[in-house]
Formats: sequence, C-alpha cells, structure tokens
Amino acid sequence: MGTPSKSGGVEKSAYTTVLGSLDSYDKGGVELINDDARHYAFSNIFEVASKSAPWEKVAVAKNFEYVLEAVRAEGTSQWRTAAHDEFVVCLDGAVTVELVKLDASPLAPDAGGSIALDGEPTGRPMGRIHLARGHQALLPSGAAYRFSAPSPAVLMMQTIAGPDTQFRWAEICQTV
Amino acid sequence: MTAIDNDVVKSDTTNAEGYHKFELGEFTFSRDEYFVYIGWPTGSHMMSIDAFLRALQRDVAWDFFYGIVNFDGVFGTMNHYGTVDIFAGRYNDSYRKAELDYSENHETPVIRETFKSILADWTNASFDPFASPHETGAAWGVKSGDNLAAVTRRRVAAARMVGVPGDEQIRTDESGMPVNRMFRDIDQSEPIIEVEPGFEGEVAAFNLFAFLSRSDVTWNPSVVSICKDSLFCPTTEEYILPIIHGNDRVEWFIQLSDQITWDVEDRDTGAVRSRVTMKAGDVCAMPADIRHQGYSPKRSMLLVWENGSLDIPELIASGKAPTYPVEF
Repeated sequence: MGTPSKSGGVEKSAYTTVLGSLDSYDKGGVELINDDARHYAFSNIFEVASKSAPWEKVAVAKNFEYVLEAVRAEGTSQWRTAAHDEFVVCLDGAVTVELVKLDASPLAPDAGGSIALDGEPTGRPMGRIHLARGHQALLPSGAAYRFSAPSPAVLMMQTIAGPDTQFRWAEICQTV
Repeated sequence: MTAIDNDVVKSDTTNAEGYHKFELGEFTFSRDEYFVYIGWPTGSHMMSIDAFLRALQRDVAWDFFYGIVNFDGVFGTMNHYGTVDIFAGRYNDSYRKAELDYSENHETPVIRETFKSILADWTNASFDPFASPHETGAAWGVKSGDNLAAVTRRRVAAARMVGVPGDEQIRTDESGMPVNRMFRDIDQSEPIIEVEPGFEGEVAAFNLFAFLSRSDVTWNPSVVSICKDSLFCPTTEEYILPIIHGNDRVEWFIQLSDQITWDVEDRDTGAVRSRVTMKAGDVCAMPADIRHQGYSPKRSMLLVWENGSLDIPELIASGKAPTYPVEF
C-alpha cells in the first residue's frame, strides 16, 4: 500500500517525523574506526537540558567566540541583554518572550555575549512573543528579554559566549 | 570547440546525444546517455550523470561552499573565496602517490559560469538535481528539453532572520511552497507576536520547523539567522548527500528531526575515521581535517551551523587555530 512516485517507485502513504523532547529522546553516537571521540564533541540537547538547572546556559557547540547554548526553561528567567542580535529556538514545550527596548545598554557596542540585568529593565516595552516547539525568535541587539515557561521546555540559543555560558564538555560529550 | 560566451568554452556543435562539450583550462567535460567523461592532462574519469549533476547543482548553488566539494573520490573543487581549485585525484591517496593528481586554479566567475552552463545544458526536462530520488524523473538519455527553473532556484539567505520585515519571508501554500509529503505531520502554526507600535521591525519570530517542512530541495542549506559570523544554515535531507564535503573549518550539525548517518573520512587521504549516527537533538562537530557524506533514510531536518569568517581557513592551515572545536 503506498503512493506511486515520479521515480517509478512506490512510497508509503504517510510518514512520521521523529522530534525529540525532554521526556522522549533517543541519542545516537560516534562509532570510532580511527579517531578520538572528543574531536566530535557529541552531545544531545535534550539530555543536557534534562540535567541542567532552570535557565543555565550550557554550551553544546562552540566555534571560536560563537556558541550554541542549551537552556532548560522552567518558571521565569532573569532579564538579560546583549549588544548584538541573538536568536532562540524552542525545541520542546512553550515559552513566552518579553522584550523591552533599554533606555541605555550597560554593554559596550562591541561586547560579546549576554549579561543578566539586576531587577526590572528601564525602557519601552517592545512586545511579547509566544513560542511553541520549532519556533525561532529574534532577540534584538540592545533589547532586554525575559523568558517564562509554565512547564519545563528546551531552548537553543544562537549567541556569543558570555560570562554566564557554562562549558561542561567532559560531562555532556561522548569521550570514548 | 571554439565558442566562448561569458568565459565559457563549449563546442560549437552537439554530440550524437545532443549535448555540448565544455572546456575549463585543461579540463574537458562531455556526457552521453548515462555518463559524464572528465579529462585532464594526466588522466580521465567517468561518473554516472545523475550523481554528477546532483553534485554540480550543489557546487553551483553554494558558490563552491566552505572548503572542498568532492563530487566523488576523484573529482571536485576547493574554494579559496575569490578563486577556486578544480582538481582530479588531489584528495585521493592513490592518485597522489602515483603522482597522477592534477589541479588548476580559476577565478571564481569563470568556473561559476562554466559549471552553470554545463548544468543548464545537461539537465533534461525530466530531471531535478535538487530533488530526492522519489521526487524526480531520470537524468538519463539523449537531450530532451531543459529544467532551467529547477537548476536556477534562488538560495534563501536571510540578512538578519527569516520573517523580519524586509528580509526573507516564511514559506506558504500561497507562495508556492507546499508542505513536503514527508513532513505533513509538522505543526504549521506560526508564533503569536504582540508588537508595541514602533517596534514592528524588531519583534519577529517564525516557525522554523514549518519553514523547513516546506523546502522543495534536499541537501541545500539556507541561511535563516545571522549573529555576526555565526550562521544558522538549516536544510532538509533525504537519501544521500550528493557530494563528500571536505572541511576547511569546524562546522557543527544539530539534528532537528529524524536520523542521519555520516561516514567520516580523513580530508586529504580518504582514510575512514568514524561513522556518526545523529538523532533528534544530537549535536556533533565535524572537525576541520575531515570529509563527510550523510545518509538520511527519511526526509529529515538538519541545522548546519557555520562560522562564516573568511580568516578561519588561513588560521587553521597555518596551525594558529586547532582543527578540533574544543579541548577537554
């Protein structure tokens, strides 16, 4: 039973896409033939988030100053800001992003990475974004942002390593 | 073989199968019903025409990409970002030891226009080199029309992020980008955005998974967001990566859905180093001294994460930067 394709073959009539989540993920790995597993820094975002405290920013990928961070979203985060654009992808659950245009950024224009702000930000409200699984949002340069998640969710941040970025390669990566 | 048009050297007449022959430096290219024939001063090579056209399509679409695009174990290109090496046997240990390898360097526009002309002339109406095998007819046979619309697709490259006003926009049925048959179960709802007046250009979001589910090509990364040199280049993959990508920098893969298996070899010799299986949520670096080819049994979503800095190849080649992403 299936659907004829342009190639002359027959396809299944329906396919199921496998996505990961905090509650359900299946990790692959590196089969070594002549190499060192550490060269690949292989990890799984959902596994990292499952072992993280809420709002910890754990690097799962690094390329010079740039990082991808896995974040376990749960409750309400601190306000943060960066001097450059950042991006967030919601990989599991639902998260709301609040944005405020800061009257004055505490960061130098060329500063890399985000910092936490003390208390409430001073500036004009920009809006709110409600993200579900698979959604990506812009965290614009010079804005303060705060996340909230009523139940545990997983975020992936595209950013630059900052003072709160956690590097735990030996804990999170395949080593043999 | 004297017609020169826009730096492209091709035959005045077509062969018995209806195709032109092309020259680039000392390299020659011709095709018949099943094969491409590549010649150079120290040797020659044959490839199946469907595999060649699929590889050629990526090389053209990516403008020679980062590092090396091996069409197979013998022929390919290496990008120097302004010029491009075209080679035979350069990254094949046996060819090197036998001193049969050959390489030429060309200005990028010359090789670009030559490859585009070959792709346009040799792709029949029945074949789409970007499509998965189930989604296209055959590349075989004598000259039979063309498929210029398919081989000249525009590559999506956001300046800031998809969905930001004035930037690349989301894909919809109305824009001619229906959901792919293998992603019909992907939620198509867009984020709910509440914007305060004056910030319409700053408060932006989109459904990345829905965007990818509507891609009509395979193994062709788009740029969806940019943080300085940090580029999010997601892509949808089905069947086999038509090239073997040799890195000139570390790149990272983040598997967003389903599964891909990667064969990883030494970049310069082709010696096998590992086999990597990636499932949804997995993150893996591809070191700067390897080459890799992926296999995706079902259409999957892969995020390729690149550092687009032009300084990196020289830093790595000179030993000033490591070939591996992190030390631990």
